[in-house]
Amino acid sequence: MMASTYNAKDEDGHITVAGPGGGTLRSRKPENTAFKQQRLPAWQPILTAGTVLPAFFVIGLIFIPIGIGLYVTSNNIKEFEIDYTGVDMSSPCFNCSQNFSWNSTRPCTCSIPFYLDQPYESNVFMYYGLSNFYQNHRRYVKSRDDSQLNGDSEALTKPSKECEPYAFHDNKPIAPCGAIANSMFNDSLELFYNDPNGTKVQIHLMKTGIAWWTDKHVKFRNPGGNNPNLTVAFQGTTKPVNWRKPVYELDSDQENDGFINEDFIVWMRTAALPTFRKLYRIIQKKKDMVLTLPRGNYTLEVVYNYPVRSFEGRKRMILSTISWMGGKNPFLGIAYITVGSVCFFLGVVLLIIHHKYGNRNNSADISN
Amino acid sequence: MHRHDDISWIDAKISYNTCEGRGLLCLHHLFKNHFLGGDERRVDSRTIYVGHRPCPASEPFIPPKFCDNRIVSSKYTVWNFLPKNLFEQFRRIANFYFLIIFLVQVIVDTPTSPVTSGLPLFFVITVTAIKQGYEDWLRHKADNEVNKYPVTVLEDGRRIRKESEKIKVGDVVQVEEDETFPCDLILLQSSRDDDTCFVTTASLDGESNHKTHYTVPDTEKDLESLNATIECEQPQPDLYKFVGRMHIYKNNQEPAVRSLGPENLLLKGATLKNTQKICGVAVYTGMETKMALNYQGKSQKRSVVEKSINAFLLVYLCILVSKALVCTTLKYVWQSKPGQDEPWYNEKTQREKDTNLYLKMFTDFLSFMVLFNFIIPVSMYVTVEMQKFLGSFFITWDKDFFDPEIKEGALVNTSDLNEELGQVEYVFTDKTGTLTQNNMEFIECCIDGFQYKYRDASSELDGFCVTDGPVSKLQQKAGREKEELFLRALCLCHTVQVKESTEQGQDQVDGLTDQLDGLGVDGELSQPQEQQRGFIASSPDEIALVKGAMRYGFTFLGLESKTMKILNRNNDVEKYELLHVLNFDPVRRRMSVIVRSTSGDTLLFCKGADSSIFPRVRQEEVERIRMHVERNATEGYRTLCVAYKHLSAVEYAQADAGLREARLALQDREEKLMAVYNQVETGMSLIGATAVEDRLQEEAAETMEALQGAGIKVWVLTGDKMETAKSTCYACRLFQRNTELLELTVRTLEDGGRRREERLHELLLEYHKKAVQDAPPVKAGVTRSWSSANQDYGFIVDGATLSMVLNSSSDSNSSRYKNLFLQICQNCTAVLCCRMAPLQKAQIVKMVKNSKGNPITLSIGDGANDVSMILEAHVGIGIKGKEGRQAVRNSDYAIPKLKHLKKLLLAHGHLYYVRIAHLVQYFFYKNLCFILPQFLYQFFCGYSQQPLYDAAYLTMYNICFTSMPILAYSLLEQHICIEVLLDNATLYREIAKNAMLRWGPFLYWTILGVFHGLLFFFGVRYLFSNPALQDNGQVFGNWSYGTIVFTVLVFTVTLKLALDTRHWTWINHFVIWGSLAFYVFFSFFWGGIIWPFLRQQRLYFVFANMLSSVSAWLVIILLILLSLLPEILLVVFRKPRGPHSRQVQFVMIKFVLI
Repeated sequence: MMASTYNAKDEDGHITVAGPGGGTLRSRKPENTAFKQQRLPAWQPILTAGTVLPAFFVIGLIFIPIGIGLYVTSNNIKEFEIDYTGVDMSSPCFNCSQNFSWNSTRPCTCSIPFYLDQPYESNVFMYYGLSNFYQNHRRYVKSRDDSQLNGDSEALTKPSKECEPYAFHDNKPIAPCGAIANSMFNDSLELFYNDPNGTKVQIHLMKTGIAWWTDKHVKFRNPGGNNPNLTVAFQGTTKPVNWRKPVYELDSDQENDGFINEDFIVWMRTAALPTFRKLYRIIQKKKDMVLTLPRGNYTLEVVYNYPVRSFEGRKRMILSTISWMGGKNPFLGIAYITVGSVCFFLGVVLLIIHHKYGNRNNSADISN
Repeated sequence: MHRHDDISWIDAKISYNTCEGRGLLCLHHLFKNHFLGGDERRVDSRTIYVGHRPCPASEPFIPPKFCDNRIVSSKYTVWNFLPKNLFEQFRRIANFYFLIIFLVQVIVDTPTSPVTSGLPLFFVITVTAIKQGYEDWLRHKADNEVNKYPVTVLEDGRRIRKESEKIKVGDVVQVEEDETFPCDLILLQSSRDDDTCFVTTASLDGESNHKTHYTVPDTEKDLESLNATIECEQPQPDLYKFVGRMHIYKNNQEPAVRSLGPENLLLKGATLKNTQKICGVAVYTGMETKMALNYQGKSQKRSVVEKSINAFLLVYLCILVSKALVCTTLKYVWQSKPGQDEPWYNEKTQREKDTNLYLKMFTDFLSFMVLFNFIIPVSMYVTVEMQKFLGSFFITWDKDFFDPEIKEGALVNTSDLNEELGQVEYVFTDKTGTLTQNNMEFIECCIDGFQYKYRDASSELDGFCVTDGPVSKLQQKAGREKEELFLRALCLCHTVQVKESTEQGQDQVDGLTDQLDGLGVDGELSQPQEQQRGFIASSPDEIALVKGAMRYGFTFLGLESKTMKILNRNNDVEKYELLHVLNFDPVRRRMSVIVRSTSGDTLLFCKGADSSIFPRVRQEEVERIRMHVERNATEGYRTLCVAYKHLSAVEYAQADAGLREARLALQDREEKLMAVYNQVETGMSLIGATAVEDRLQEEAAETMEALQGAGIKVWVLTGDKMETAKSTCYACRLFQRNTELLELTVRTLEDGGRRREERLHELLLEYHKKAVQDAPPVKAGVTRSWSSANQDYGFIVDGATLSMVLNSSSDSNSSRYKNLFLQICQNCTAVLCCRMAPLQKAQIVKMVKNSKGNPITLSIGDGANDVSMILEAHVGIGIKGKEGRQAVRNSDYAIPKLKHLKKLLLAHGHLYYVRIAHLVQYFFYKNLCFILPQFLYQFFCGYSQQPLYDAAYLTMYNICFTSMPILAYSLLEQHICIEVLLDNATLYREIAKNAMLRWGPFLYWTILGVFHGLLFFFGVRYLFSNPALQDNGQVFGNWSYGTIVFTVLVFTVTLKLALDTRHWTWINHFVIWGSLAFYVFFSFFWGGIIWPFLRQQRLYFVFANMLSSVSAWLVIILLILLSLLPEILLVVFRKPRGPHSRQVQFVMIKFVLI
C-alpha cells in the first residue's frame, strides 16, 4: 500500500527518524534482554559526605607534599637573567640598539659585565628571551613550509604560498622561506668568566642538544638526501632577506648545518606567548670541576644583530639550572600547596558536617 | 455566520434547480465565485462522463482534465534529488548556519581550514541525504507496486488490462474479490444479487469489519449502454464524506437523477470482500483520491526541549557575536599602537596591504566568528536526533508494554516527543475504551418502568428474570406486548452485520476469528456451535444490545436485500423491510431506523442518549423511566433509551420525500439531513431503557492515582452522560469521597429558574471564590503538598455549558468567563467534561494548552472521536483499542492499555527528559569551555585569530573525543532506577515545568563552563611563564600549550560526565574510558607521523614530548582535579539523589507523617 507502511513524514532535512517501524513490530513480543529492558547490571555510585571525605583527605595529604616538593625544587633552581636590549643610555648595548641597520657590514658588539652571587652546579642552560615578540601571531605561525624544511626538493624551489611575502626574493625561491625563518634570532652571545686573577676565560657553550630530538632527526632534513655538499643542495635558492648568510653556512659542523641547525630548529618552534625564552646554549658540567659556573664576575659579549626596539621588544639572556620539573617556576608548587590545603580544609568541614548530620542519616538507614 | 448560512442555502437551491441546464450551471459558478469570493466551505463540483461517453445534452463534449492515477508519495526523482534534497536540508536554520560558516571559511582567509567545519557538515548532510534517499527509494518502490498493478478496464465493451496508473477519471473499472480498489470508484454494478458489495478498510482506518456499499439504484445492468454523468464535489480528505449526483440519460427521456453518498463510493486502498466482482466508475484518481489526500503529512509537533535549545542557541549566538566583536575591536585598538600591526619580522603580503580597512575589519570579524563557531556545535543536532531516535526504541522494546491479548507492544510514531512525556501537566483522557474497557455487556433493561435483570437464562422458562425493581412493583412485569416491542426495537434499531461463519468459506473463518474473539461469544450463551454468530458493528454498544436481545429470545438473523430478519421467541422468523437508516451522529446522539413490517405497519425505532430522547417523547412516559436511567447511570452503566413511533402512510411519505431530497442535495447535505432527522424523530413513545456495563480497564484506578500523585491533572473528556462519567471517575478514584464537586452543567444552570447566562455568571463566580480565592495559595506550578489537608475540588462541566462559556455572546464576557473557568479548572484536582463533541474535546485541550504558562498537555484516547484531541495536544497517545485504529494512526505513541501510561510517563518520560536535558546542557557547557580558552588566547596573540588547538583537535573534539560518552549517558542513564520512579509518583514533580532546562540550570552550566575555561587557560598560562618544562631544558611552543589545554579539557569534560553518571553499565564504562583512551591513542598517532597531505606538521611529537614532561603531567592532574572539585562538593551538599538514599528519604517522610 502506498506509503502507509512506513512513516512518510515531511522532515525538511531533519535527521529525525520516525520511530521504529510503524506496525512492523506487530505481534512480536519484545525480547526480554537486559539491554532492551534497561536492566543492564549497573554500578550506582552515590557520593555522600561519607564517601568523599577520605578522598579529600587523601588529596590533601598527597598534594601538599608534592606542592612543597615542587616549591622547594623550584626555589633551588638558580636562575640569572640579564636584559641587554640597550634601552637605557647607561646600558652597554645602547649604541648598538640605536644605530641599527640591516645592511651594516660591521657587526656591532657590546659586552655586559655581571656578577653571579652564587655558584651554579651541574649543567647550566643558557636561554635568550624576547618580550613583546608575537611569535604566535597567526600570520607569523603559518608562514613556513614544513615540506621544504623536511628536505622536499620540490618545495625547496616552489615554497608554499603560506610563506608570502617571504617566499621569493629576486625571483628566486627563499630557503628557508617564511616569516619565521626570516626573522631568526641572530644575536650571538658569548660568555666569559673573569678570573679573580684578571684573565678572561671563555666558557665553552654547547650548540647541540637544544632542539627536540625528533625535530632534529625527522621533522627537519636538508634537501638533497645525504649529499654532504649543502651548497649544491641549496642551489637555485636564495637566503632569507634578513639573513646575513645563507642557510648552508649557519654552522661549520656538517651535522648542524642547513635546516638541521639546532638554533634554527629551536627558533622554528613558535613560542606560545609574546614573552618567551628559547634555549640557546648548554654549559656542560666539566667532569673534574664541582662547579659549572663558580661565583664571580662574568662578561656577556653580544654581537648585536637583532633589532627589537622598533616594536618595543626586549632581549634577555638567562642562565638557569634545570631540575626534573624543568626551569624555575614557583607556580606549580604554590598551586599544589593551595589546592592540597583547600582539600584538607574541605575535608575537615565535611567531617564536621558528617558528624553533625550524618548520624541522623545513619539512624534512618537502620530504621529502614 | 448566520448570513452565510442563508446564502449557502440559497446557493444550494440554485445549484439544485440548475442541474438539468448545464449552461446555467456555469452561470451559477460565476455567480458563486463572484458573490461569495473565497469562502472555504464552497466546493466546486466536478463532472464525470461515465465511460467517456458524451451525454446527449446539447453542449459539446469536452473531456475534462483530471490528474492521472499515479500515486506519487515520493518526494524526489533521480534528477532533482540532489538539488531538492540539499535545498530542503539547508532550509533548516542550523544547517544553513553551518553552511554559511563553511562558505566564510572557503572565501575569507580564516584561521581554521574549511575542512574543520566542512567535514562535520558534509557528514551530517550526507547521512541525512542517504537516509532520505533510501526512504524515498522505498516510497518509489511502493508507488511503483501500486502504479503498475494491472487492472481491468471496460472500454467500448471490451475488457482491457491496463496498468493502474493509466486509469483516467470516467473509466469503468472492474475489480475482483480480494483486490484493492485502484482509485476512488462509484459502485455501478455488483455481482451480488442485492446490489451490494462488502469492503474492508483495514488499510485506511484500521477497521477490519466488512462494510456494505451499495450500487447506484436503478442503473442499468448493461454498462455499455449506460449513458450518465456524475457530478460530485471536488476531492476532499474526509473518508466518510462524499456527496454527488448521477444523471442517467435514457433515450430522449428526462435524465434521471440519483443521489450518491459515501455508501456508493469505494475508496482506493480498501479491499473488496465477499463479492466476486464489481464494476465502478473512477471519480477521483491518483493524488486526488481520499487515501492520498489523507497521507499528506500531519503537522509536526515540536517539543519544549527543542524550544529551550533554540533559546540557548540564541544566547550562545549572542556570546559568539560579542566575542567576535570584542576581539575585532581590541584588534584594531591594539594595532593602532606603532610597531604592533606590522613589525619587521611579520610583514603583510601585498594583497593584505591593499585591502580596504573596513573590508578588513569585516573579514576579521568573520574570521573570529569562524574561530569561535565551535561554540554552537553541529554535532549537538546529530546527537540529539540520535538520542531521540535510538531512545525511542526502549519504548517499543519494553516488554511491560506488551499486551498478550492483542499480541502487540507499544508503538512509537514520532521520536521527537520522548522527553515531552516527562513534562506532562495535564492528561486529557477519553472515558470509553480508555478508562473503561469498551467491552460492553448487557446488564439490564427497563421496559415501561419495570426492571429486567438478566441473571441466568435457564432459571426461568422464558429467559426473563425480574429482580429488584422499584419496591412496589417488585416481581411485576410489563405487558408482554411491550416486552416484545422493546426487544424488536433492540433487534432492529442498529447497523450491526451478522457474520454467518458456517456459510462462509473456510478461509473466511480464519480471517474472522480474531473479530469473533472480542465479541463475547462466550459460554454464557451455551448455544449450539452452528448458531454462533459474530456480529460486526462500528460500536460495541450495538453488539451488546443485539446480544442482550438475543438472551431474551429475539435473535437478529441478518439483513438481506433491505430485509431484516428476526427470530422471535416462538422461533418464528419475522421480516421487516428496512426503509431508512437515520444514522448515528455525535451531535444528535441517537439513531433511528424506519422499517415496514410484513403486516404493512411502518415503524420508526429510535435509540439514543436520554437527553436526546426525552425531549422527543411524550412526557408522561418519561418519569417512569428516568429514575431507572439515572440509577443505572450512577452505577456506571451506559444507558440508552429506546423509543418508537408508528408512522402513518402520509407521515411516512413526507419523511421519505424529505430524506430523499436531503440525500440528493449537493450542498450542505449534512445540515439538511439533520433537519429532516429532527423532524422525523419527534412525538415518539418511550418503550424502555437499557444499561450496558463498560468495565474499567485494568489498573485504571492505580494509574489515575499515580498520575495525580505525579502532580498531573487528569481531565476526563467524554461524550457520555454525566452520571455515568461521574461514577467512572469515582471508580477510577479521580474523585475521592471527600472531593467536593463543583457542577457546571445544564442542570445546575436551570436550577435557579433564571436566565442561563446570569446563572452561569453567578455559578462561575461562586466556584471561583471557593476553589481559587479561598484556597490557600498554592506554590508555583503543580507542587501540591500531598500531606496537606486541603479540600480537593472536582469540577464537572458539560458540553452545552462549555460552549456557553467559550462562545458567550459578547466578547468581553466570553474572555472573562473563560479565565474564570480556567482558573477554577486549574485549582481542581480532577475535571470531568461530559457530553463532549469531538471538536469540543480539542477545544478544551487547546484552551488549556494556550493558558498561562503553556502547560504540556497529553491526550489519550482510542476512538475516532479522540483524534482531534490527540492531534491538538502536545503529546497524543492512542490506545490500541476496539474502536478502529484511527487514534493509533494519528497518535504520537500508541500503547495497548491505559495502565501502560503510568510507566510511559513516570519512568520513560522522566528518564528521557532527564537524559535529554542533561545532554543539551552538557553540550553547551562542553563547547563553552572548549572555545573560551581559544577566545582568551586571542589576548595573547595579538588578536590574530590564531587557533589555540590544532585543526584535528578542533574537528575531532565534538565528533570523536566527547560525543560517545554523552550519547551513552543520554541513552542509558537512570539517575533513579525505574522501580523507584514507578513507586514514587511524586518524583515526577521534580522535573515538572522544564525544571532542568530553565534559565537557572542553564546559568549554572554556563558559569561552570566559564569557570572551567578560565581555569584551563590560565592554569597553563602560568605554567608557560617559563616554557622550559622538560628536564633537558628544552622549551615548549604554542602547539604544546594548546595540547596541554586540550588534554585537560577532554579529561575534565569526560570526567564531569562520569561524575554525573549515576548508572554505570558496562557500556558507560566502555565508552567513557574508551574515548579517553582513544584520545590518547589518537594524539600519539596523529603526532607520530609526518603526514604527507598536511601543509604543516604542527603536532609532530608534541603530545609525546608533553608526556615526557613531569610539569605537564602535574599541571594536567591539578587542573582536572581543581575543575571537578566544586562539582564534587556540590554533589555532596545537594540532596542525596541516589536510588537508595531516595528510598531512605521516602521512608523518613513516611515516618514523620505517621
